Amino acid sequence: MKKDNPTKKQNPITDLLRMDRIPHIWCPGCGIGTVLTSFAEALRKSEIDLDKVAVLSGIGCTGRVAGYVKMDSIHTTHGRAVPVATGVKLANPEMKVVVFSGDGDISGIGGNHFIHAARRNMDIMIICVNNFNYAMTGGQVAATTPKGANASTAPYGNFEYSFNLPYLAEASGATYVARWTALHLRRVTKSIQEALGKRGFSFIEVITPCVTLYARRNRLGDGLNLLKYYHEKSEIQHGADTRTVDISYQGKLIVGKFVDIDKPTFLDCMNEHLGKVLGDKYQPYGVNND
Amino acid sequence: MTEIRFSGFGGQGIIRCGLITGKALSLYDNKHATMTQSFGPEARGSACSSQLVVSDDRVLYPYISIPEILISMSQEAYEIYEPELSEDGILIIDKDLVKMNPARGKIKTYSVPSTRFAEELGNRITANLVMLGFFSSVTSVVSADAMKKALPGLVPGRFLDLNIKAFDKGYDYGKEILAKEKKSKTPTQKGKK
Amino acid sequence: MKKVKADPKGVLSGSHYLDGDYAIAEGGLAAGCRFFAGYPITPSTETAERFSERIPSVGGVFIQMEDELASIAALIGAVWGGKKSMTVTSGPGFSLMMENIGLACMMETPLVIANVQRGGPSTGLPTLTGQQDMMQVRWGSHGDYKIIALSPDSPQECFDLTIEAFNLSEIYRVPTFVMTDECVGHMHEKVVIPPAEEIELVERKWYTGPKDQYLPYKNDKDMIPFMIKIGDGYRFHTTGLTHDERGYPVINAECQDVCVRHLNDKITMNADKIIRLEEDEIDNAEIIVISYGITSRVTTRAVRQARKAGIKVGTIRLITVWPFPEKRINELAKKVKAFVVPEINYGQMVLEVERCAAGQTPTVHVPHCGGWVHDPDDILKAIKEAAK
Repeated sequence: MKKDNPTKKQNPITDLLRMDRIPHIWCPGCGIGTVLTSFAEALRKSEIDLDKVAVLSGIGCTGRVAGYVKMDSIHTTHGRAVPVATGVKLANPEMKVVVFSGDGDISGIGGNHFIHAARRNMDIMIICVNNFNYAMTGGQVAATTPKGANASTAPYGNFEYSFNLPYLAEASGATYVARWTALHLRRVTKSIQEALGKRGFSFIEVITPCVTLYARRNRLGDGLNLLKYYHEKSEIQHGADTRTVDISYQGKLIVGKFVDIDKPTFLDCMNEHLGKVLGDKYQPYGVNND
Repeated sequence: MTEIRFSGFGGQGIIRCGLITGKALSLYDNKHATMTQSFGPEARGSACSSQLVVSDDRVLYPYISIPEILISMSQEAYEIYEPELSEDGILIIDKDLVKMNPARGKIKTYSVPSTRFAEELGNRITANLVMLGFFSSVTSVVSADAMKKALPGLVPGRFLDLNIKAFDKGYDYGKEILAKEKKSKTPTQKGKK
Repeated sequence: MKKVKADPKGVLSGSHYLDGDYAIAEGGLAAGCRFFAGYPITPSTETAERFSERIPSVGGVFIQMEDELASIAALIGAVWGGKKSMTVTSGPGFSLMMENIGLACMMETPLVIANVQRGGPSTGLPTLTGQQDMMQVRWGSHGDYKIIALSPDSPQECFDLTIEAFNLSEIYRVPTFVMTDECVGHMHEKVVIPPAEEIELVERKWYTGPKDQYLPYKNDKDMIPFMIKIGDGYRFHTTGLTHDERGYPVINAECQDVCVRHLNDKITMNADKIIRLEEDEIDNAEIIVISYGITSRVTTRAVRQARKAGIKVGTIRLITVWPFPEKRINELAKKVKAFVVPEINYGQMVLEVERCAAGQTPTVHVPHCGGWVHDPDDILKAIKEAAK
């Protein structure tokens, strides 16, 4: 009888979310929720054991993701999700460790941690929701704000250069780098699925609308207008040279999977090297999982 | 309580001298020995030193103030540290590396060609062990047995035998000097030069 | 609390001639620490070096992080991942750690931080001693919280108290600090490491009940919530935000009241169990000298001279510096003519002594700005002055 009652059918992602914490805090038109949906979808499709997935966030709008997912989750301090994730991964190598955080968290205050985790090829995945500004605190200029865009602490327009995050990730050593927009949900899901199946440092940037602050301050219209911008200006270029994918104000958005390579992770290197140098004296770490 | 300063230039194994002696005293001679050393760029100049406070009871004040024993393996270290040596203290020098000023107070001086002896044994890096052997025999602050027991872990395993040989060389030379001294009953510094 | 014997793999039993920094690393390994994240800084680096050398044959991870912010962050992750974890630092690095020391307190994360203090402020005296972070360790991160801090006076105690710090951190689920200094950190002395079966460790307070009933911040009878580890299927949440028993953020004054009171009360109300003092000739003392760490050794020399001069001097050595033994100091303030407090700073723990003396007896501070230990004569002079 149950299957005849479609109203009883649960949203497939509800068992991945802490429904007792819904409604969430995000504004109408915000893109973070859609990226979270893609993440949940990717987890479901990959049939991964959710007990073995840990989600960490820093501070900011996207930083709240860790609080909504029904998995082991830590809401850390601003910028520090990546090193906390490093600790989780090294203590418990069987875990899939995902850092889900914003552009300010990952590339601003946490920029140093980001490049060093990539350098070590720490086996963690970073989903970076890039909305071009510090939204939680009211729309301040960020390391990702395009030159010329207006922000509450750049009231005459931003005159600083912005980070090209895929280029930064690749140059630092990431083994998987992709960028999409909130419009490319199926592709975001696919990228997350691919990254879940990989070992090594993966970085997925998703450009999302911040309607309440970034769009309003820059008179870019509502969420729909931003999605329209993504639609018109996105260009899929898999394997693009990441040096060429920087973003200008309301300019072209080169998206796609830019990097997908394999190389030994931090723990692989540690075990291999110390095993070689120390021989039988070395206690291999996290191999059979104690 | 005895305060000892080992001094010389970087690379002579001066810190090792403090470590070996401190370990020997605390682990094998039933004494309390606190070793300190100077750190950092300020300490990386040519003069290098390690300090040891030795006592039958727990050492309270960890630094030396008026050392009773000064070991100098370089001219610069000698010039810097000799003035602080107690007036009735013991000065031990590498006789080829340190040119002494006129002796002060009742300071007793012992000298040994530690670097030359080490070279004769085949490796000048063991000069500090020749010096330690010599120091052990002329001062009797620490037993030769304890010093040898302290060596493993503080000198490279493959050089252990060589280091023991160097220690013995210095130790025996010290005994000879003491025997001569006893015979002539004159201060050792007379025999210098 | 569940007590277990140390794992022999990490215990270097026997007599050694070690400096304080090395002894801290050995204490950590003996206590079962299997994760160390750190960043080089004088005069604490030797602890990290020792750990990096020893851990591969013990089984665990050493990682040199990009800075101290990352070091303490990684520790928090590793602890929730199930490992006992520690780091070591000194002044400037300690300042950088303050942010996530607050997070560790808020998330009730047991971990150990050793601070080999040097002279400050700022870069100050990298290679020379100080006891100038004693208030920072108590108050350095923002907000109201309490921590536990111990102060070793020798390499032997660096070993012993690092183990004790691990035990206390597990019992009270709180960051616990080994507040040593350059002098002790770089001083070599005999360190006796007992056989593993003689080292008693407190096991993490693991939750064993039904999975769906686990509440990460529900207090047990002893005020301390149970812990789980990531990957065991509890799908728990923890946050630096003010939170309820579920670990869910609740942003209001009522929840803040419960949350903050708990973080403070679990230490305050257990202070008598935590605090360890070493008292000497207190009963008939006219003057009591209160000191900690290396200064207490220098003090003993001065006190012996004072006693020879006929002054009735007692001493208190603070082995636990935080929580501060306020009851004991207050009680003694009623009996003695004065307290004398030498410390290698310009006036820190003396403020606590004054607070606890509460005007009942004067407190004489013997400051030293750092770079060396006190001249015992300066302490003797202060004792004589106070006895007049």
